[in-house]
Amino acid sequence: MDRALFPDGLERCSFGKFVLWMGFVSAFFLFGLYAMLLIFAKGIVVTGLDNYFGFGLWITFDLAVIALGAGAFFTGFLKYILKIDQLKNIINLTVIVGFICYSGAMLVLTMDIGQPIRAWFGYWHPNVHSMLTEVIFCITCYCLVLVIEFVPLVLEQKQLNKIPFLHHLAHNMHVNMALFAGIGAFLSTFHQGSLGGMYGVLIGRPYAFREGFFIWPWTFFLFVLSAVGCGPIFTVLCCTLMEKMTGRKLVDFKTKALMGKIAGTMLTVYIFFKILDTYAWANNYLPSIGMTFDQMFYGLVYGKWLMFTEIILCGLVPAIMLITPSIRNNPTLLYTAGILDCIGVSLNRYLFTVQSIAMPILPFDTWQIYAPNWAEWATSGMIVAYGVLVMSLSYRYLPVFPQERGMNK
Amino acid sequence: MAHGATKEFKVTWGMVIDLDKCTGCGACMTACQVENNIAPMVDASNKMRTLSWMLVFELSNKKSGAEAEVAYLPRPCMQCGNPACVPVCPVIATEKNEEGGIVSQVYPRCIGCRYCMAACPYHARYFNWEDPIFPKGMEKALSPSTSARPRGVVEKCNFCHTRFMQAKDKARQDGGNPEGLADGAYMPACAEICPTGAISFGDVKNKEHKVFDLAQGKDAFRLLEKLGLNPQVYYVSKREWVRKLGDNYAATGKPGAAKKHS
Repeated sequence: MDRALFPDGLERCSFGKFVLWMGFVSAFFLFGLYAMLLIFAKGIVVTGLDNYFGFGLWITFDLAVIALGAGAFFTGFLKYILKIDQLKNIINLTVIVGFICYSGAMLVLTMDIGQPIRAWFGYWHPNVHSMLTEVIFCITCYCLVLVIEFVPLVLEQKQLNKIPFLHHLAHNMHVNMALFAGIGAFLSTFHQGSLGGMYGVLIGRPYAFREGFFIWPWTFFLFVLSAVGCGPIFTVLCCTLMEKMTGRKLVDFKTKALMGKIAGTMLTVYIFFKILDTYAWANNYLPSIGMTFDQMFYGLVYGKWLMFTEIILCGLVPAIMLITPSIRNNPTLLYTAGILDCIGVSLNRYLFTVQSIAMPILPFDTWQIYAPNWAEWATSGMIVAYGVLVMSLSYRYLPVFPQERGMNK
Repeated sequence: MAHGATKEFKVTWGMVIDLDKCTGCGACMTACQVENNIAPMVDASNKMRTLSWMLVFELSNKKSGAEAEVAYLPRPCMQCGNPACVPVCPVIATEKNEEGGIVSQVYPRCIGCRYCMAACPYHARYFNWEDPIFPKGMEKALSPSTSARPRGVVEKCNFCHTRFMQAKDKARQDGGNPEGLADGAYMPACAEICPTGAISFGDVKNKEHKVFDLAQGKDAFRLLEKLGLNPQVYYVSKREWVRKLGDNYAATGKPGAAKKHS
């Protein structure tokens, strides 16, 4: 029925099957949409957040997807600036994943702030000393860059591309893509860092506070490194999931292994500094404010196992796996390392967000437990569903994978 | 205001709370709510969502029997000299600029991101989870000089800033110096109502104010001094265990200093 819209020479599932799939995903999307409208109508009182946990699932989700979406800027930087040509096989997917992650994160933020109608105040009354101001600037600007990077791919849709103006527009945007890749790399590096800086400057939160270099706490650099250490491999995981679901080969394993190598290299650098940072924090900073490493953890929910899982099992282990060629070149082990890597970085964002504020700083205060409620889960699920919908439409109608035709003959 | 910067003021409004005098009656909390038009919540059972600019904590020496002791610690905003909340606000909705060193909160500008709440280790900042609704008749008892805050913005104690403005106005009318108010000319509601006189208020840099000596007494301390936030609220207690609860000493391992959270 919609065959005329498919990319040239490629097969897709039947229209009925596609509609069923989209309907299934849309059910989650609509449930989240209901929660979102309820939040806009009644305020965030309908969530599980409170005066202790001003930040919760949404901020964790935002930080995690922004880190996982880092494949877009870093792969773009390697492809267009450092000219690693092999990455052309997966660059379109990184752009779509990045676009979904960033636009989704921005949507969550509009719900998260108490006065969504004042969201633009970040531009109107900017506080140049706030890391969050920098995040607002860079995320919104970078989201625009991702739109600019996504548009030529949409214009290359078979029917649209028959229109001469759109064809030439897409071509010229491609020609100048190195410029946008450069801008994207600049903006993204800074906001990934500023997201880390947001926590590192919290002088009243010993779990998160770090000293640093000039105005940037160490978390600034650690967040940049961890994002580029997981973003590329997250794109590989998305690609592999799509391959499993569609039953078609989309990107050759050599390219995936290269992405794994890139992520692994950055993850290794990251985890080296992360371990140093953690050691210095536990042995120098915490004693200086009268606290101990043990005090940073509590029971099972806030136990040390979380930090060790983050740094060892989901940090050091995947780093070693990804930089070891014999392991990296085994698909199962590559994907396993990738999953561990993404869990580790997401866990890091969770700990900096929730553990930091759950911990009592006043000696007579107590640990508090936070549990996101249905409204937070539903809206976070809505963003995932939104991503799946965008990805499904893109895969079906846009020439996302240059190798697909050749690999599925 | 940049991170780590302490701005000096000629006048520094500060509070000194004698914890040995505080009975935990909660009058300060009530006076604060009335003075600042804090609407009663329909359902205030979730204490993690109530608005308590002034909150009284109960402290215990964790001993049993005849040795058991408690103390009550009223906690307003500390109006820190090096506030954790001010530099993080993305929209300059909170500042420490005015002479007197009170940390302001600009309600019409706050976007409700709650970053300042995450930054404050004293939990002195509160989010308006719902629009304020005053029961019928109560609107007649509202303070005309304090604005009510809408849903979705952060608010906190401001040392009853409207009283500060009124005190300065009165000084001008009387031909006095609004920048050099006499001791007692400006008094927040909590300090005024305290039945045991546990809360003293004044300019901690002015020798003519009572708080000047109180803040420098040997039994005076501030909460979490090691963090370097430089609070303008001081506490006094002759009891060592109470003073020890003002900061974290776990790393030093000194007897009686370690505090396990439970």
